[in-house]
Amino acid sequence: MSATSTTPSTATEPTTSQGTMQLTLGKALNLALHDALRDDPRALIFGEDVGRLGGVFRVTDGLQQEFGARRVFDTPLAESTIAGICVGLAIKGFHPVAEMQFDAFSYPSFQQVTSNLAKYHTRTGGACNMSVVIRIPYGGAIGAIEQHSESPETYYIHTAGLKVVTPATPADAYALLTAAIRDPDPVIFLEPKARYWQRQDVSFPLDPLPLDKARIAREGTDATLIAYGPTVQTALAAAETAAGEGTSLEVVDLRSLAPLDMETLTTSVRKTHRAVVLHEAPVFMGLGAEIAARLMRDLFDTLAAPVERIGAASTPYPPSRVEKLFLPDVDRVLEAVDRSLAY
Amino acid sequence: MARATTTRASEAADATGSRKSDNTNDPIAALLSPEGALTTEGERIAAVADETLRDLYRWMVISRRLDTEGLNLQRQGELGLWGPYTGHEAAQVGAACAMASTDWIFPYYRDFAMAVCRGIDPGAILTIFRGLTHGAWNPYDYRFGPFIIPVGTQIPHAVGFAMGCALDGEPVATLVGFGEGATSTGDWHEAMNFAGVFHAPVVFLCENNQWAISVPMREQVGGRVADRAAGYGFPGVQVDGADVLTVYAVVKAAAERARNGGGPYLVEALTYRVGPHTTSDDPTRYRTKDDEAVWRAEAHDPLARCAQRLRERGAWDDEFARNVEAEAEERAAVMRRTLLAATPDHPGAVFDLVFANPPATLMQEKAEFVAALESVDETAGTEGTR
Repeated sequence: MSATSTTPSTATEPTTSQGTMQLTLGKALNLALHDALRDDPRALIFGEDVGRLGGVFRVTDGLQQEFGARRVFDTPLAESTIAGICVGLAIKGFHPVAEMQFDAFSYPSFQQVTSNLAKYHTRTGGACNMSVVIRIPYGGAIGAIEQHSESPETYYIHTAGLKVVTPATPADAYALLTAAIRDPDPVIFLEPKARYWQRQDVSFPLDPLPLDKARIAREGTDATLIAYGPTVQTALAAAETAAGEGTSLEVVDLRSLAPLDMETLTTSVRKTHRAVVLHEAPVFMGLGAEIAARLMRDLFDTLAAPVERIGAASTPYPPSRVEKLFLPDVDRVLEAVDRSLAY
Repeated sequence: MARATTTRASEAADATGSRKSDNTNDPIAALLSPEGALTTEGERIAAVADETLRDLYRWMVISRRLDTEGLNLQRQGELGLWGPYTGHEAAQVGAACAMASTDWIFPYYRDFAMAVCRGIDPGAILTIFRGLTHGAWNPYDYRFGPFIIPVGTQIPHAVGFAMGCALDGEPVATLVGFGEGATSTGDWHEAMNFAGVFHAPVVFLCENNQWAISVPMREQVGGRVADRAAGYGFPGVQVDGADVLTVYAVVKAAAERARNGGGPYLVEALTYRVGPHTTSDDPTRYRTKDDEAVWRAEAHDPLARCAQRLRERGAWDDEFARNVEAEAEERAAVMRRTLLAATPDHPGAVFDLVFANPPATLMQEKAEFVAALESVDETAGTEGTR
């Protein structure tokens, strides 16, 4: 069986990061993985269908062909042990980057991630570094069933010992994934799958980003929209619309969900006095709850209105024909901004 | 292939992708009687020296004495919990001593004797059971992983580590210990399959002690554990887990096979958990003293069995036995002293062990925690301040 005969040609796509390139978010991730394999002989990539196929979203496209099946390999369909071998390989000094095919398909690996990966550094008295990246495509809006559309970030950010990050742009995708692979600790890398095809000009070389810092995606003065991953673009679109109506909205892209960069958040909200958090995950016990609680503690006297939260309902992810009604969109964001401004 | 490798078994497959099981003509199985003990011919081939067998006996006596001491310490309130392993001595000592010093071992929580054979200070290990720490040794110093509590979850770690050794081209075998209860978990089956697919140089050691807390083997295991290896494309044998010589010889051969690129191997050591699951358990609720007596009898006692083998070889003498007993006593006393002298780290150290590269927010949380502790210390003794 030939390993290359069924592989789609990548001739039209750039394979090396250089100069300024227009990239999709998915391709930026692919380049980050490529450069990690090139620069770090201990980097390994594995998961279901990541080899010959290049992943169901093609994020690992071409990597096995270039770096060989010893460093980029398909595994049996068993997420728990995909995560489990990460622990063993990390003890051996490798830097595994494992792919979970879909958000809900990461659940079989939950025990390995929460009970072992997140605790191994502690359980070995700090002797064993878990330099592991678990990549998880997450979020909805791709017209798929519920287990292909979930936002499981709260499960991971609630577990001590994990760093959890998510990019919103192609440039951040490259720079955050590069940083995650270089970090000596386990990183849950959440990929906003509905944004895989979002394009941006990216200039190389691109430095890795810190894993614990948010960014101001748009400056504004009247209220702060706090978003991450797939909802950053929604927040920016809402801010653009609001600007046309004379309202100036600041947009914070968290980049890191654990730890939380409260300094950037409080600096912004101290200025705007109002905050709206939006995520695709359920509102109930979502990250917005933690952010709201912290803003209330840190800026109780400064807030002009309660922190607004927008997210999923307390239902399983809805059928795709109605998913748009459940996802945060510009209208829901602007309604929340209006409530905040009218308070 | 001369060395361990991650080359998949499928690379040796024929054009149709089918693969023959390679557990026929297993030379290791050929050493064993139907009851799973070394045959006379097997013993001749294994060629275990008298001095080696005496050393295995010595470690088993030490292990049993330390187990008794661990139980005593728990009953005296010095340990939060103890998980006795009496009955497992042959399986644990035989397997641990069979591995080369360059090999690795990933234990389950009952593999205390393995840790001791690897040279880890038993008094230090007990600090875990005293609640002073979660991690009492550096795995790299002893090539011995941490005790893992969630059942079966250490097995994928061992397979991943073994895959890494093969990727690095190192002739290192990895042994992983677990009970028969673990063979019901998904992780066990997944890891067995990964080992088969990736031809990982790993030796699976099932310490089948016939009880997973209160559930007996017949309600836990459909078929035989050893037979399952064939389904994953490699051999497995059930051995008499009370016979240290057999366990030692079989694990040694399996490890050597793994180091030489032969792939994974499953050893099911049939033993018995003579004591409770842990000191929190009450076996009188699910088995009788008569049940236990059968397995306490000399026929199933690893120490008695080994002494018998030594006598048969003419390698036994009373002075040797007395010296071993005296050494075991001394080690138990040292273990107790070491434990009782151990002091807890500053509680703030818990924060330091979470990450290798901790975020500033966590260090801030630590500073607040430590400050709160100090503020409590300052007000200690002044009643009614709150």
